[in-house]
Amino acid sequence: MTSGEIKEVVLDILEGIAPDEDLSGIVDDVPLREQLELDSMDFLDIVMELRKRYRVQIPEDDYVELATMQSTVDYLAPLMKDLQKV
Amino acid sequence: MPKDFLQGAHDRYDVIVIGSGLAGLTAANTLARAGRSVLLLEQHYKLGGMATWFRRPGGHIFDISLHGFPVGMVKSCRRYWTSEIADSIVQLKNIRFDNPMFSLTTTFNREDFTRLLVERFQVAADAVRSFFDTARGMNFYDDQRMTTGELFERSFPGREDVIRLLMEPITYANGSTLEDPAISYGIVFSNFMSKGVFTFQGGTDHLIKLMHADLLKSGVDVRIRADVERIIIRGGRVWGVRVNGREIAAGSVVSNANLKSTIFKLVGEERFDPSFRDEARSVRLNNSSCQVYMALKPGDELDENLGDLLFSSTAPLFRTEALLSRDVTSRTYSFYYPRTRPGSDRCMIVSSTNARYEDWAGLSRDDYEASKQDLVETTLDAASKYVPNIRERVDHAEASTPLTFHHYTKHLDGASFGTKFEGLAVSRALPEQVSGLFHAGSVGIIMSGWLGAMNYGVIVANDVDNWLLKSAAAPVAPCAEVS
Repeated sequence: MTSGEIKEVVLDILEGIAPDEDLSGIVDDVPLREQLELDSMDFLDIVMELRKRYRVQIPEDDYVELATMQSTVDYLAPLMKDLQKV
Repeated sequence: MPKDFLQGAHDRYDVIVIGSGLAGLTAANTLARAGRSVLLLEQHYKLGGMATWFRRPGGHIFDISLHGFPVGMVKSCRRYWTSEIADSIVQLKNIRFDNPMFSLTTTFNREDFTRLLVERFQVAADAVRSFFDTARGMNFYDDQRMTTGELFERSFPGREDVIRLLMEPITYANGSTLEDPAISYGIVFSNFMSKGVFTFQGGTDHLIKLMHADLLKSGVDVRIRADVERIIIRGGRVWGVRVNGREIAAGSVVSNANLKSTIFKLVGEERFDPSFRDEARSVRLNNSSCQVYMALKPGDELDENLGDLLFSSTAPLFRTEALLSRDVTSRTYSFYYPRTRPGSDRCMIVSSTNARYEDWAGLSRDDYEASKQDLVETTLDAASKYVPNIRERVDHAEASTPLTFHHYTKHLDGASFGTKFEGLAVSRALPEQVSGLFHAGSVGIIMSGWLGAMNYGVIVANDVDNWLLKSAAAPVAPCAEVS
């Protein structure tokens, strides 16, 4: 998967988590929590969904890497580079 | 021959969940939705744990713990259960206080509390804002040295009336006291203050019915009257459980039983490091409760001005000790109108008081029954202040005690709010002690109540799924079968 595809995956997961939010204007390098009403359970849901869909494992200590869209994509890129988007 | 409640159960599952409180139910559903095979075992004949209800002749249905939860339940129910469940959550708009210091009605959110504190209690707006911001910024991993009492003294020095307004409802919500860490108060208080107090329309019985249906849809094998006698450890990792005399294997076991029962009764202390054992032993249980359930005659309606929740007290000041005393001065009433169960013509009143197990456990049979009856009579007297002619209007009244809670949930000492704060660290550390064994249940106040328990179930389900994925990837070393 390319970085662009990974971003699409994350946006798709976010859409399921925050169905009432407008995701079109998300700024890549601003913390997601400042742009969307997300709490710690929401970040856990992102982690669970990534594992369910792609068997990607994110240890608890690495949850901070999910702060912004850019940091999330950068963190996931090496883990997902050999995977196909579903 | 007795009925086999495990008929047709497989010999092995990915996960066995022991106990069907809201944490156990939600963990089971989350794991099944993630594709795991899950067996859910409940010792009682109903699912729900403390999220329960009972019926009495005449068509009365009493809810035990449906008193109100934060708005976060809507999101959690939508995500981890169904939109039908989430859409049945409605706000309780009339929360009342009546004590020698003040009587008032509030929607119990930040906006209305700010108004009350500034206009009625004459607290500076800055101090109120600062208090709310401090509480809202608290995380469960923050410094635990400051107590709730110290937080109040710092924010509202000498204002016992303000402390009472802010503290009394949370003490009823989760058993926390002025002596507990401030974060255990701040997080729960902020959850409620975001939007107010909410309930489930249709009653606990309807909620559990919907959850049961969704568990089956997710593929969970649900078994009631399935009493787990032992969590089996072999070769240093969890092997499975012994339930109703039968051994069933699992890749992982999640215990939704009381934390201390899990460690000392289901596993056995010899399986743990001495330091962990000591830490687990020193975890304090939260207190238990007494409740009095009163049903009005069919068609007799309560005045809605009574409110939905009423924190009443005749004690001059707010003191933790007074709340636990058998000399009851404080009662929280939940008033249930027909709208609780649309289509019903019944009004119910449930009076709750915090209580200590040891005050009830030592009584003789006769003294126990007499004390229970006395609790009913004194509660009817106290409630008559709010519900005129209550004795003539009541069709059925009965009491429960810490012994009742113990009987139905098997919680040690009938604990009705799990453990104190230190239980969380022990619960989280369990998998480091026994590989594949997890605990999800009311620990540490934050992970308590309907919302906390449900979310903790999800957090632990995430750990379990992650662990199963990892342990499947790692080759398992052959080891001798040591039971």
